[in-house]
Amino acid sequence: MRERIVLDLGKLPLHGLGTASVTWWGTLAFMLIEGTGFALAIAVYLYLMSMATAWPINTQAPDLLPGTLVTLILLASLVPNVLLSRWAEQQDLGKVRIGIVIMSLLGTVPLIVRIFEFPALKVSWDSNAYGSVVWTLLGLHTIHIITDLVDTLVLAALMFTRHGHSPRRFGDVQDNAMYWNFVVATWLPIYGCIYWLARL
Amino acid sequence: MNRPATTTGMRDIDIARTKLTGALAETWTTPSGFWGALATVDHKIIGRRYIFTAFVFLALGGVLAALMRIQLAQPEARLLGPDRYNQIFTMHGANMMFLFAVPVMEAVAVYLVPLMVGTRNIAFPRLNAFSYWIYLAGGMLLWTAFALDMGPDVGWFAYVPLSGPQYGAGKRADIWAQMITFTELSALAVAVELVVTIFKQRAPGMTLDRIPVFVWAMLVTSFLVIMAMPAIMIASTSLILDRLVGTHFYNPAEGGDVLLWQHLFWFFGHPEVYIIFLPAAGMVSTMIEPFARRPAFGYLGLVMALIATGILSFGLWVHHMFVAGLPRLGDSFFTASSMAIAIPAGIQIFCWIATLWDGRPVFKTPLLFIIGFIVTFVIGGLTGVMVASVPFDTQVHDTYFVVAHFHYVLIGGAVFPLLGTIHYWFPKLTGRMMSETLGRWSFWLIFIGFNATFFPMHILGLEGMPRRIYTYQPDLPWHGLNLFISLSAVILIAGFLLFFVNVIRSARSGEVAPDNPWDAPTLEWATTSPPPSYNFAMIPVVGSLHPLWSERDTLPVADGLRTDRRELIVTTLATAEPQARDASPQNSIWPLWAAIATTIMLIWSIFSPWAVVWGSIPVAVALIGWFWPKGTPEDES
Repeated sequence: MRERIVLDLGKLPLHGLGTASVTWWGTLAFMLIEGTGFALAIAVYLYLMSMATAWPINTQAPDLLPGTLVTLILLASLVPNVLLSRWAEQQDLGKVRIGIVIMSLLGTVPLIVRIFEFPALKVSWDSNAYGSVVWTLLGLHTIHIITDLVDTLVLAALMFTRHGHSPRRFGDVQDNAMYWNFVVATWLPIYGCIYWLARL
Repeated sequence: MNRPATTTGMRDIDIARTKLTGALAETWTTPSGFWGALATVDHKIIGRRYIFTAFVFLALGGVLAALMRIQLAQPEARLLGPDRYNQIFTMHGANMMFLFAVPVMEAVAVYLVPLMVGTRNIAFPRLNAFSYWIYLAGGMLLWTAFALDMGPDVGWFAYVPLSGPQYGAGKRADIWAQMITFTELSALAVAVELVVTIFKQRAPGMTLDRIPVFVWAMLVTSFLVIMAMPAIMIASTSLILDRLVGTHFYNPAEGGDVLLWQHLFWFFGHPEVYIIFLPAAGMVSTMIEPFARRPAFGYLGLVMALIATGILSFGLWVHHMFVAGLPRLGDSFFTASSMAIAIPAGIQIFCWIATLWDGRPVFKTPLLFIIGFIVTFVIGGLTGVMVASVPFDTQVHDTYFVVAHFHYVLIGGAVFPLLGTIHYWFPKLTGRMMSETLGRWSFWLIFIGFNATFFPMHILGLEGMPRRIYTYQPDLPWHGLNLFISLSAVILIAGFLLFFVNVIRSARSGEVAPDNPWDAPTLEWATTSPPPSYNFAMIPVVGSLHPLWSERDTLPVADGLRTDRRELIVTTLATAEPQARDASPQNSIWPLWAAIATTIMLIWSIFSPWAVVWGSIPVAVALIGWFWPKGTPEDES
């Protein structure tokens, strides 16, 4: 077909940020997939709980300390995370470098405390269905933290190379920060499930 | 015209047309040769590969079906033993659902959606390449296991406790469960790509009410994939955990529950039916226009019906469990919702009939398949309403009535439109037309063969013949119909063989196709057949739902894109106003490495839980290689 030029797109930016970036939407879609997965895992917990005559099965409720500590660390990490996102939006490379190093540390610390969370469950995954589902919930969320931590570490390394100072990278940092918010947000219902539903 | 300060590369408006296409081809091309083929991220090449592979699995699944029909043609047959038969019906179902039906619909969308929305590549093209390799690996895992007599033998929905550690000895059930992981991973990846392509890469001016119905159908389908497939991944993962590390999700002795499996499976499994059907409905709504020679009747109704079906599909899963002994109130609710979903299906049927009624139909092969689809799908829909009723379902549960019902819905509802689709879009896929004569012959053989094969199964079911039996005794009143069914299957198989012959012959020596052989109204027909690597030399600007009908002489386009960088347009979600001319990634071999590393990890984890720990390291390395910037023009911003 013959073409008739009706629009000039030459003035558009070479990369969009936020809702103008396909990566942002892709991150959102993956969050929807994982969010659905977590919701279903919690549904499995509730289903098994509704089937059981006593809950937790043949054990006590988990110790609150390590899990609550992880929760507090995760919540506290939101402050630098939101700041980092803002600095990335302002394309301030110096501050972004500091922020992403802090976030790399704040991704590591909850993993260290998490090591103590598993024994605090006071049940093994192969003891009974209660053990299976709490280990799975905790395991899934641990994988979630590890995935985002690796992502953050790679991005941190990238920000110290010549590729760092580019709107595309700042967009990546913002998307990564959004994902960390999601990692924290998904933990809250899981925390309530594992530590407080078992106390009802 | 103003030039942005950031632009250094050559732009389309700076050069003459032949130079423009030459420069674009250089930027977007897939290098020839083995390495180029492995590293390509062109949605058209990957889409063709996907479609081809899915049809290979269709043919293999057909061979299994033929074996079952030979076995059941007479009582007390000895061709297949019970163990082999169990593997064959499980393989047939799992293969057709997970390796053919879902992937082929997504495959068609991978090829067509970017063309139909007027963009140059799918969103996340490397993820697209990765998803194909993962799909291929999952298919090879299943079929290699079958060849080694390790094929799953627990039915395509692998109910526990049969598939659990107590009864499912060996690795057969694990092969099934891990094949699920492969295919769901690839399906989820494609769903994300399609959602983002449809949301953000539509041509300027393609507002929500100018999106072709097939694209709408794929959008709804992708959301169904995103919301439904996590359920089966949780199910298959927990099954593997039960079998490998001794968890007790499905062990009632330790607080687990077998019905939990059925809930998780069907929470995925019922939307799955619509994941297969909705794309087919979209294909019909799109294909019917050029053959009825008028716009589809009731665009808004068609789109709303797709969305309504998508939502309702999550409220039906319990109708697969009517005989499991659930509370009566639950049964009543799910009966009501199962009947309610007939309403949006009915709306679409009436819209298609109205379109044909008011049009001037041209009865080419694709339209024959559409009409065959309407007839067959209505019959399947009617038996669907019948089995939605608990007393009736209790009577025919696990009989051949159900086998007849879902083959009417799946083959009639999805495979017929798909075959029409292949005939219709074949020129765009290959640059050549398919033979009308062979097309008509294959349609009639398939249509007659299908009905003669599957209609009698309703009667067999009412006569009490159960599903999944490897043979039956001569004193039972089933052998006459079974012989008839097996003979009819020969006609059906002949039809499919003729279809394959037509495809191969036409791809080699069919009539060369013009850009728009059917005088169709959607954007994919505005470019050459097959399209160049960059799809459109200039991005189309859309002013109506039927852009090629409302502007017959010239195509309104936009200029200003660079030619030395893989550039495409990102537009706003609702009104498709241009926001950025962003880069689309270059070819890369890393998705293949990532897929190989993932494959090793997933297969290894059937045998040892440590595979997840050690196997994830190469996966992480491959992903870092994939995403690390290479300093290409695409990385500019």
